[in-house]
Amino acid sequence: MSEAAVEKALDQKMNTVPLKMIGKDVSVYYGEKRALFDVNLDIRENTVTALIGPSGCGKSTFLRTLNRMNDTIENCRVTGRITLDEDDIYDSSIDVVELRARVGMVFQKPNPFPKSIYENVSYGPRIHGLARTKADFDEIVETSLQKAGLWNEVKDRLQEPGTGLSGGQQQRLCIARAVAVSPEVILMDEPCSALDPIATAKVEELIHELRANFTIVIVTHSMQQAARVSQRTAMFHLGNLVEENDTDKMFTNPDDQRTQDYIMGRFG
Amino acid sequence: MTDVASPTVRVSTRPAESRRDIGIKRRYAAERRFRAYGISAIVIGLFFLAVLVWSVVSKGYTAFQQTTITLPIEFSEKVIDPKNERATDPKQLQTANYPVLARDALVKRLGIDPKKRPLVKQANDMVSDSVRTQLRDIVVADPSVIGKTIPVTLLADANIDSAFKGQIDLTVEESKRKVKDQQVAWMNELAEAGVLKKSFNTGIFSFGASSRPEAAGVGVALVGSAYMMLIVLVLSLPIGVAASIYLEEFAPKNRLTDLIEVNINNLAAVPSIVYGLLGLAVFVNFAGMPRSAALVGGLVLTLMTLPTIIIATRAALKAVPPSIRSAALGLGASKMQTIFHHVLPLAMPGILTGTIIGLAHALGETAPLLLIGMVAFVVDYPGSPLEPSTALPVQIYMWANEAERAFVERTSGAIIILLIFLVIMNLGAILLRRRFERRW
Amino acid sequence: MSTSLLLLIIALIGIGAYFAGRARSLTRSGNKLATLHSLPGYHGSYVAIWAVLPALLVLAGWLIASPIYIDSAVRSTLPDAVQSQGDATVQLALGQVKAVATGLNRLDATEIETIKDGSANLRETLAARGVALAGEGQPFMVEAAERFNAMRLYSRWLMSAVVLLVAIAGGLYAIRNVTARFRARNQVERVMLGSLVVASSIAILTTIGIIGSMLSEAGRFFSMVSPAEFFFGTVWDPRFAAAGSEGASGQFGLLPLLGGTLYIAFVAMAFAVPIGLFAAIYMAEYASPRLRSIAKPLLEVLAGIPTIVYGFFALVTVGPFLRDISAQLNGLITGNYQNFIQAQSVLTAGIVMGIMLIPFVSSLSDDIITQVPRALRDGSLGLGATRSETVKKVILPAALPGIVGALLLTASRAVGETMIVVLAAGVAARMQINPFEPMTTVTVKIVHQLTGDLEFTSPQTLVAFALGITLFVITLALNIYALYIVRKYREQYE
Repeated sequence: MSEAAVEKALDQKMNTVPLKMIGKDVSVYYGEKRALFDVNLDIRENTVTALIGPSGCGKSTFLRTLNRMNDTIENCRVTGRITLDEDDIYDSSIDVVELRARVGMVFQKPNPFPKSIYENVSYGPRIHGLARTKADFDEIVETSLQKAGLWNEVKDRLQEPGTGLSGGQQQRLCIARAVAVSPEVILMDEPCSALDPIATAKVEELIHELRANFTIVIVTHSMQQAARVSQRTAMFHLGNLVEENDTDKMFTNPDDQRTQDYIMGRFG
Repeated sequence: MTDVASPTVRVSTRPAESRRDIGIKRRYAAERRFRAYGISAIVIGLFFLAVLVWSVVSKGYTAFQQTTITLPIEFSEKVIDPKNERATDPKQLQTANYPVLARDALVKRLGIDPKKRPLVKQANDMVSDSVRTQLRDIVVADPSVIGKTIPVTLLADANIDSAFKGQIDLTVEESKRKVKDQQVAWMNELAEAGVLKKSFNTGIFSFGASSRPEAAGVGVALVGSAYMMLIVLVLSLPIGVAASIYLEEFAPKNRLTDLIEVNINNLAAVPSIVYGLLGLAVFVNFAGMPRSAALVGGLVLTLMTLPTIIIATRAALKAVPPSIRSAALGLGASKMQTIFHHVLPLAMPGILTGTIIGLAHALGETAPLLLIGMVAFVVDYPGSPLEPSTALPVQIYMWANEAERAFVERTSGAIIILLIFLVIMNLGAILLRRRFERRW
Repeated sequence: MSTSLLLLIIALIGIGAYFAGRARSLTRSGNKLATLHSLPGYHGSYVAIWAVLPALLVLAGWLIASPIYIDSAVRSTLPDAVQSQGDATVQLALGQVKAVATGLNRLDATEIETIKDGSANLRETLAARGVALAGEGQPFMVEAAERFNAMRLYSRWLMSAVVLLVAIAGGLYAIRNVTARFRARNQVERVMLGSLVVASSIAILTTIGIIGSMLSEAGRFFSMVSPAEFFFGTVWDPRFAAAGSEGASGQFGLLPLLGGTLYIAFVAMAFAVPIGLFAAIYMAEYASPRLRSIAKPLLEVLAGIPTIVYGFFALVTVGPFLRDISAQLNGLITGNYQNFIQAQSVLTAGIVMGIMLIPFVSSLSDDIITQVPRALRDGSLGLGATRSETVKKVILPAALPGIVGALLLTASRAVGETMIVVLAAGVAARMQINPFEPMTTVTVKIVHQLTGDLEFTSPQTLVAFALGITLFVITLALNIYALYIVRKYREQYE
């Protein structure tokens, strides 16, 4: 089989994975300044998609368009079309709150609420009406913490404040908090940048496991991390999507010279 | 010579004379003077604080003691109801000549010949005129005391009170002072017998306005102040917090919100008396609310306190880190939910601190209340915020205008009470801040 | 039905609506919470808001409008003889009609009969029931009063019916909207946002209220006394406002008051600024954290003491002290033990106000000075400048605009201060320059003109509003300018 044929076969295999979100001609403006230029990027279901690129390239901006967190920034404007399943998420008929319940988010710095661990995890289900009885809540809290690999560490101190945990534990608590809402997609904005290597490894492992149930989009600064956790990688540069490809291919044989340069550490 | 000569280490020298003259001495002298100015400024400031507090406390602490005379009062029917009309005419018990009962009891106790009029009058001047109401209240409450003799503790007259507290210079010529030698002698005689004594003055906390210092208290004024503080709290806290939330979290940044911002900062600096004029023109004159009512006072103080609370609340909201907001929004909480579930509870200590300080300010405020007619001689406790009432600082103002020496003591006492309230409120605010201070 | 009963019923309807909305959202979602757009509580609140809010608005509107309507209706039925006598008479008659109306409600049928056929005196009968009538009643008044009572009764019933109808209709309308996908939370949050907006508009309304009320009352004053006479007059002698006397008999010259105000403020600032400024510099640049943590709050205690306390302090301590010491000094020098400082004087008020202002100057300046960037300080110290040289040559010039702003804010306080000057400055409105003599201020005169019995038609009372707006404009100008400077200063170092 020729090389091209192999590639084609691989492509087809990947292409059978359904598309969870589709971004078409997405542009973002902050006031007069344009931060993102007609990005076309699809997010595949039950896949980890990594967004990489140098600082200020627009990868976080793009991530935040996916659950409309940009709405909270004044005079930020998004054009183009982003769909989740079939729905245009910028359509006026979409309730942003419902959208965010389907597309959860984990932030750069761990930001647990200054409340108990239990309340941190149960808050989302409570406002979305996902549970009614104490037992339901207990169950959601336990399974979410288990999914985040935190259960064994905190099961005896659920009533202690979440801010008392270590940085890595806090971040996993934030992931558990996002998981508790049972979103379809989880967005992670450099989730490990504030963590030490050991905590990072744990979170990465967790991302691996979460992939079975969730679609994950992760912004990362670290190319090693992208290589470790993702199946698809998208490279941004100066507000443009440079290349989108299978992670393996991206890191071995990228199509674009800029990707090559970035991966080799020539800029960034 | 195989080994290399080590380079000679030489310390460079430069005689002191050859150094440039940069006026070190003169400059350090200037430095010391400058420091001294600074220290003296602080010392002067603290000195005035000390003098102020000392001046009030030294004049006022005696107000918390009151001289009383306990006498066996004979509720003689001859005096109260000589014609036995009380069954048919209810006014009889109201209008009877009660002071005579006290006078007779005292005359009897001191063994004065009742026919010596000047002596009897001097003795009578030793007890407060307030015995009229005191004895009347006893009889009206229980008419069966008529004909009996029971011991009653009477307030001593303000002058005797002052003399007994040692505040009257007895070396002054007798004709120039208000307490006569004979009265002093009686006073000492009664004191030795334990009939006349000083005790804790509960009256200052419970009485209302009176033209007789010994029967004047801040009780009624305290109730008025309490009504107003309640109104201020109930109105200004929710309104202030709501306004701050809108301005800080929702309002778009434009001309209008800029205007509101400038406007609120200005309102915080508008002289308080202007709020009094506003209250008089809008609430009393236009809306037809009753003058002298605690309701109007409360509304005026609310408007005055609002800017303070809004400024404090906005600062507290600003101090809550944005990461908390994004965390909640990222979970799919709406903006309202984010604010009411997370931001507001975290800002609450700061908000409450600001509110307490605003309330403390309102509690001590006098000028606007003068304009809406709270300078009123109010004897009875107001039953509702709509009835005429007065306030603690206004009571202080009214007493400060009284000439009598005993009123200076009462005024200082009232100021001490006011200051104690303020100290408690401010300490509360400080404790709250310490307890819940959060460093992000 | 009384208003409070009506309110209670509306509240009950609201509670009922809440539970109905909640229950309906649950049944519509087949008891599966996750399929609901909003939590059941929001559906409940939505229905409750629709039940209560429109009803309350109608109620408020009715309560404001109906007395106006009834008044005009009753007024138009008054006899022509009364109507032709001008507005004041009609107003008086209307007042009496209302008093009679209150009285009629306390009489029984036979008593009303006796009044109607003239066999009993209206005024006396009513007085026996505790209703004082301002004049002899006239027969037409009883008739008008009965009409008045009837209309009020009718209005009340109609109001109750309409309000309850609105409440029920609102609730029913809202409950029909409740479905699983209905965005109740968004609706409820819109109402919440609306109430937040209303709350923040109160700040604006206060300013409008201040300016509006003072302009209108001052306008009435200026219709009696010419503005030129007020603003440029040098004599303040309003005389007493004899009840019922029309026209201005006194002189209302602003200048002596303004002079006193500015003079006392000047003395206070002259006293407070050096002390406050040096204290601030010392605390910002020299003091150890320990000293700072003790001295700063202690000085700020001075700012927390109510001004009435300062006034009393001036009245009984500072004033007599200055008087006595001046007598002693005079005695030592001239042998004549005559005091040359009055107990109430510009100096007394100025010093005591100065004490009050020390913490304002010191904390405002302290904030400003500590905002000067560290780099400037280090730059100067690194060149070998002493601390005081750094302060004088680098920090103060850099902080100057901010400090000027702080001082202007303080000055606006001094101008608007009331209680200290009321007790310590004196009441005589004089133009003079001796700080040992009493002078008076704008605020003192506002208090004097507005305490006691008021008559809102006499210039003696209304002049207070003209004084008030003068004071407001002065302090507003100072504040706006000061806040502008301070804001610019802050932005410079941010």
